[in-house]
Amino acid sequence: MSTAKAIAQDVRTGTRRAAAVLEEYLGRIELHDSDIHAFNTVTAEQARAAAASIDAAVSQGRDPGPLAGVPIAFKDNMCTRGVPTTCSSRMLETWSPPYDATVVQAMTAAGAVMVGKTNLDEFAMGSSTEHSAFGPTRNPYDLTRVPGGSSGGSAAAVAAGFVPLALGSDTGGSIRQPAALCGIVGIKPTYGRVSRYGLVAFASSFDQIGPFAADVADAALALEVISGHDPGDSTSIPTAVPDYDAALGKGVEGLRVGVISELTGGGRNGSRNGGGNGNLLEGIDADIAERVLEAADALAEAGAVVGSVSVPAVTYGLTAYYLIAPAEASSNLARYDGTRYGLRIDGADVEEMNRLTRRAGFGDEVKARIMLGTFALSAGYYDAYYGKAQRVRMLTRRDFDAAYADYDVLLSPTSPCVAFRFGERSDPMTMYRCDTCTIPSNLSGDPAMSVPFGTGTDDLPVGVQILAPALGEETMLTVAAALERAAPPLPAPQMAAGGASGGA
Amino acid sequence: MGDQTAAISTDQVAHVARLARIELTSAEIDHYTGHLGRVLDHARELEDLDLAEVPPLAHPYPLQNVFRDDVAGAPSDRDEVLNQAPAASDGQFEVPPVLGGEA
Repeated sequence: MSTAKAIAQDVRTGTRRAAAVLEEYLGRIELHDSDIHAFNTVTAEQARAAAASIDAAVSQGRDPGPLAGVPIAFKDNMCTRGVPTTCSSRMLETWSPPYDATVVQAMTAAGAVMVGKTNLDEFAMGSSTEHSAFGPTRNPYDLTRVPGGSSGGSAAAVAAGFVPLALGSDTGGSIRQPAALCGIVGIKPTYGRVSRYGLVAFASSFDQIGPFAADVADAALALEVISGHDPGDSTSIPTAVPDYDAALGKGVEGLRVGVISELTGGGRNGSRNGGGNGNLLEGIDADIAERVLEAADALAEAGAVVGSVSVPAVTYGLTAYYLIAPAEASSNLARYDGTRYGLRIDGADVEEMNRLTRRAGFGDEVKARIMLGTFALSAGYYDAYYGKAQRVRMLTRRDFDAAYADYDVLLSPTSPCVAFRFGERSDPMTMYRCDTCTIPSNLSGDPAMSVPFGTGTDDLPVGVQILAPALGEETMLTVAAALERAAPPLPAPQMAAGGASGGA
Repeated sequence: MGDQTAAISTDQVAHVARLARIELTSAEIDHYTGHLGRVLDHARELEDLDLAEVPPLAHPYPLQNVFRDDVAGAPSDRDEVLNQAPAASDGQFEVPPVLGGEA
């Protein structure tokens, strides 16, 4: 399978036709997506028209852009004009937005070809895609296991070779955790780096869009295309977008890399000082922590200065997040009331229509989070829950600032475990613990990404998380590229044995 | 809140469901009382933290006074928007009576 970079280069130079590239990927989707269920919608006809116009541009001597002819999938919570945008919810099952999200416009302007919309946990609330109203996505590495979530469809689509690139959204780890579980690269950029205009809101002070790709270079290329200021999103950061590709070749010599002791159980053999000393946070598998320490060793071998660093507030991140995010969701999801779009169940008056519509339209987890958030914001409980959680958020910000005074980037596991089996984490707190290592970066707003590094239980992929200070994407990518060079090769996904590598 | 007290009662869940405009059966109220209770029990770990001197953080990146240029944009097409509405008439969204009874 080609990289996005190679496809774009070939299409731009006329070596390959976008139409031929597209058919190859549509063939794989046709053959295997009935097993994986990565897609809610496949937009084959629209994609064929887009590919034809790319090829026409090339033949007329025009450059279609840096992603010319690259098939791409969007998580089904990004608005696509005239194409269903369901959020994997009964509430929006028949809704087609009247406009494109800014990231969709940016990808199209760069020459990428949308092939479809991917499955997710309903309204991005979950860590396994098991909360999708349309059925779960299966992990290409083992069809009896989850792909992670909430952007599980996008992650599985890239891992299965259905698309070289996909976009997801990350509110508490929803890009990085499925990237780790599916053995691919996933980036959550700095909050504000990528416009959220046209992303269906879940928790607005955390939500951030980012790319999935099979390698770091493709992820960097996609990140560069979608980054930048957008007047349509008042939280978007008005600074220039760096040349991320240039960061990939820089070595890590002299870079200071801090391993977060709370998330890895501290140093090994007394070789790393700092807090922790074997106090591995509850629920993080030992073999995952071991891969992170091996990744740190690999960086040290490549010339980085590696140490262990304590970031105490990360141990409270989960609790703070699961109060603030539902609070914001309870407000954002108030708009689904049966009035202007989506599902309506008729009632005798407006309020009854609201109640019946929301009863029928939302799944179990979404209802639970709306009510949890409503409770956390309600009179008499606001200070004890929401107010306190916001103070923990500040504590997290301060602890990261202290760590970044001594280190350029930090390392931790992405997910506390490898891909788990369907139904294995049905208790809410057990499921929420999937986000233990990823949530702190959403609280602080800093960038973080997952890079595959070896395997764990049952030979399943493990992701190492690289964290950087705000707008530190370049350094983060430099380290990611170095880790990728040092990583042991991953086994091929199980479904590839069924013929995906043969192509169409 | 003492350690023995449930973090949330069925009455509170019923109240919150009303505020959030979600119709629930009594069996569902029991179910969500358990679900919310488990999360709120876990949240009690915050009681151990001394946060008196820590201000709240609402937004992760310090942007202030965000204005866009005062130029007219292209509005969405009214028909395209109303086509997605559950019910519309005369170029407007149509809803059941707001105050009850006949409209």
